[in-house]
Amino acid sequence: MDKKTKKRLTNGLLIAGNLVLAALLLFPIFYCLSMSLMTNQEIYAQKIFSFSFNIENYAKALKMAPLFRYILNTVIVAGVSVVLQMVTGTLAAFAFSMLRFRGRNVLFLLFLATMMIPGQAIIIANYLTVSSWNMANTYTALILPYACTAFAVFNLRQGFLSLPKELHEAAMIDGCTNFRYFYSIALPLLKPSLGALGIYEFLQVWNNYLWPLLITSKTEMRTVQIGLSMLQDGEAAQYGPVMAGAMLVLIPSIIVFLVGQKQMVAGLTSGAVKG
Amino acid sequence: MVQSKSKFSKIEPYLYLLPAVILFGLFTFYPFFKTIVYSFGNTDTAGRLTGLAGLANYAKLLTDSVFLKSLSVTVVYSVLTVIFSMFIGVFLALMTSEKFPGHKVFRTVYALPMAVSASAAAAIFNFIFHPSIGILNGILGTKIGWLTDSRYALISVVIVTVWMNIGVNYIFALAAVQGVPQELYESATVDGAGALSKSLHVTLPCISPTLFFLLIINVIYAFQQYAQVKMMTSGGPDNSTRVLVYEIYEQAFMYGKFGYACAESVILFLILLLLTLAQFRLERKVTY
Repeated sequence: MDKKTKKRLTNGLLIAGNLVLAALLLFPIFYCLSMSLMTNQEIYAQKIFSFSFNIENYAKALKMAPLFRYILNTVIVAGVSVVLQMVTGTLAAFAFSMLRFRGRNVLFLLFLATMMIPGQAIIIANYLTVSSWNMANTYTALILPYACTAFAVFNLRQGFLSLPKELHEAAMIDGCTNFRYFYSIALPLLKPSLGALGIYEFLQVWNNYLWPLLITSKTEMRTVQIGLSMLQDGEAAQYGPVMAGAMLVLIPSIIVFLVGQKQMVAGLTSGAVKG
Repeated sequence: MVQSKSKFSKIEPYLYLLPAVILFGLFTFYPFFKTIVYSFGNTDTAGRLTGLAGLANYAKLLTDSVFLKSLSVTVVYSVLTVIFSMFIGVFLALMTSEKFPGHKVFRTVYALPMAVSASAAAAIFNFIFHPSIGILNGILGTKIGWLTDSRYALISVVIVTVWMNIGVNYIFALAAVQGVPQELYESATVDGAGALSKSLHVTLPCISPTLFFLLIINVIYAFQQYAQVKMMTSGGPDNSTRVLVYEIYEQAFMYGKFGYACAESVILFLILLLLTLAQFRLERKVTY
C-alpha cells in the first residue's frame, strides 16, 4: 500500500468513527430540538424526528413562564458578573505579577486558599448572610458572590507575567505610573486572555443553579435555569413546551460558545497544560 | 512631594487588591468561618443561631444512616463520573488529535457540552429516560424506570453528568495530546509501534500531568454537582441518588436544620481537602 492510499484509508476511518461519536454526543441536543417541534401525538408515538415543525410548543412555553424575562435577568447577571470579575481580577492579578509589596506571598496564599473552599460548602452561610441584609430577590445578591473569582485572578496573572519585562521597565523609565502602564499598555495586550476568560465565566454564571434558586423567590427575578426547572415541575408536565423552553435556554449559551470557543479553549488550556 | 509620593507607592499595591480582598472576605472567608461556627451550634428554622451544641451535630452525623448512605452514594457517583468523563474525554482527544478533513468540526462538537446547563440536560434526559414514552426504552424495547428504580437511578444520573462533563475533559486532554513532541511518535513508528501502542506508551505517559490536573478538577466538580440530581430524582428512589450536596440542601432548606447542614458542609470541605492533598502527593510520587 503506498503512502497516499494509507493516508486516505486512515482519514476515512477517522471520519467514520468520529461521525458515529459526534452523532451520539449530539443526540440529546438534536432530540430536544426535534421534540420541541413535534405535536403531542408524535411525542407519545416515540418518534425521533418529524416534519411537522410545530412551533406552537414555543408559544406555549412562553405562555407558561416569562422565559424572555428570565433570559434578560440572566444576561444582566452573567454580563455584570463577568465585567466585575475582569475588573477585580485584572487589578489583583496586576498587583501580584508586577508590584512588590510586603505580605505579597501571604496574600497570594490566601487567594489560593479560596480555591480550596468548595462553593457548595459555604452556600448556606452565604444565603443566611445575604438574606439577613434584606438583599434577596435583587440583582446585587445574584451578582456579588460571583464578582471575583480566584480562577480569574490566576488566569490573568499568567497573562501579565507573559508580557515582556522590558515593556514594563521601559514604561517606568519614561515616567509612566503603574496605573497608566496597567490601563493603557498592559490591558490592551491582554484582550485575548480577557476574551477567553469572559466567555468561560459567562457560561459558568449563565448555567448557575443553586445560588439563584436560593436567593430568588419572586418570579420576575428568576434566572433561566430556575425558570426551566419550574417549567418541568408544572402539573402534568407537557414535554413539547418543556423541550421548547430547554432550547430557548440552550440557544444563547450555544451561540456564545460557538462564537468564542476557539479563543476560550486556547486561553483556558494554555496555563494548565504542560504536556 | 517626594515624601508623599513614596507614601502612595507604599499603599498603591494594596489598592489594586482591595476589591478582590473585600469580595473574598465577604463571600468566601466569612461564610467559611460562619459555616464552621454554625456546625457547632443549633439554629431556629430561619437560620438564627440559638445556642451552642458542641460536637452534638458531628456525633449525630456518625449515626445518621441517611447521611452515611449519602456519603457512600457520593463516593460511587463521583468515582463513576470521574472515570467515565476522563476516559471519554481522552478517547475523543486521541480521535481528533491529527488533522483530517473535518477535524475542526468534530473538535467543536466534542467541546460543546461545556455550553449545556444542568437544568437543560436534566430536562432533556428526564424525557429520554421516561418509563413509558421515553426514547431509551423505545429503542431498547424495555419498560425500565431509569429514574424511579433504585437499581438504575444512580447510573442514569451518572450518564447525564458524564455527558455534561465531556466538554471540559476533552479540551484539556486535546491540548495535552497536541503538546506531545512529534519526534516521540516518529521514533515509535521507526520502532514499529502501531497506533494503539503509540497511544498507550507515548501519549498517555506524556499527558499524565494533565491527567492529574483533570483528576483533581473532576473530583472537586463531581462532589459538588447536584442540580441534575435535584431535577431528575430529588435524591430518590430510596435515597439511591442522595448525593451529599443534595442532603445538605434538604437539611437546611426543607427541614431548617442549618447547624446540622453546616456540619455536613464541613465534612464535604474536609473530604475535598484530603482528596486534593492526596492527589498532589500521588502526583509527586509518580514519575513520568
